[in-house]
Amino acid sequence: MGMTTGTTTTRMEAIDMLAVGLGQYLAVSAILLVLGIFGIFMNRKNVIVILMSIELILLAVNLNLVAFSSALGDLVGQVFAMFVLTVAAAEAAIGLAIVVIYFRNRGSIEVEDVNLMKG
Amino acid sequence: MIAAAAFYFFAAILIASAAMVVSARNPVYAVLFLILAFFNAAALFLLAGAEFLAMILVIVYVGAVAVLFLFVVMMLDINFSQLREGFQRYAPVGAAVGVVLLVELAGVLGSWKFAPEALSLRFAPNNAALHNTAQLGKLIYTDYVFLFQTSGLVLLVAMIGAIVLTLRDRDPNSARASRRQNVAAQVARRKEDTLVLVEVESRAKTQEFFKPLAPALKDAGHGDHGHDHGHDDHAHGGH
Repeated sequence: MGMTTGTTTTRMEAIDMLAVGLGQYLAVSAILLVLGIFGIFMNRKNVIVILMSIELILLAVNLNLVAFSSALGDLVGQVFAMFVLTVAAAEAAIGLAIVVIYFRNRGSIEVEDVNLMKG
Repeated sequence: MIAAAAFYFFAAILIASAAMVVSARNPVYAVLFLILAFFNAAALFLLAGAEFLAMILVIVYVGAVAVLFLFVVMMLDINFSQLREGFQRYAPVGAAVGVVLLVELAGVLGSWKFAPEALSLRFAPNNAALHNTAQLGKLIYTDYVFLFQTSGLVLLVAMIGAIVLTLRDRDPNSARASRRQNVAAQVARRKEDTLVLVEVESRAKTQEFFKPLAPALKDAGHGDHGHDHGHDDHAHGGH
């Protein structure tokens, strides 16, 4: 990130700050993660948007893994990002299947009144 | 410098479209913004040097997951305006949690550095002689083959689970009943149930059997015999 080299003029520092490194990637993925969690809180009634928010969170995780893999020169991060992608795809398929059968049984997808199993 | 400009461009679009995903009024628009977010995330992967993952992200997420979302959103007949009712009520809580989380993450972001021995602890150092896909293949099919198989198993279980969840038993007597194999009925089937012995008189006009039915007979008279049954007459001429 902002490593100053030798002659430290403010303009060089500004250019150095803008150069893309690990920090920029981590900032982007942090914002993405917060947006995903924010989406879960905001759309408490709509399961489909909640599932999309979970996809955003997993995308942030993938971005983190790829950024660290690139910064360290270690490929294992990309391997694990691929496994995270697999699990995310499986989760989306199962989640949407549950949404479909819930809609078939209840006629709505409001999550707030999902307390059938409360007893 | 161009790479940095491209990074900021794609990152800005990614964050903007992610914000639209969580705040779009219509879920169909939310899914379309999700697709845009995935494309831009793939571009960021590409800039980070993960070419294979970028392509997989486009294929799997955009091609399968986002289209699945789109199908489900359009298939369910939902009153979407009703679903937005709690938006204002939950906004303060959501914003508070988001801000707290962002501040915590920002605090983490500025105050860490790699351990000095981090570079010597790498599992699979980057090999500049091979391209990204070949390197990943060498890794997945050797060191991580069990994880690879397990992820295949996860996909299989997800597929079976989705089918089992959504398969519904219709009334077997209705017209839309799903056709199932009834093994007992198949085994108990006798010749008389399915075959009918038809008496065919000898010297039958064999051409008649395969003749397609006339579309609609306007007049039943023999007046147009020459045109419609010309081929038939020709066959009879041989007798």
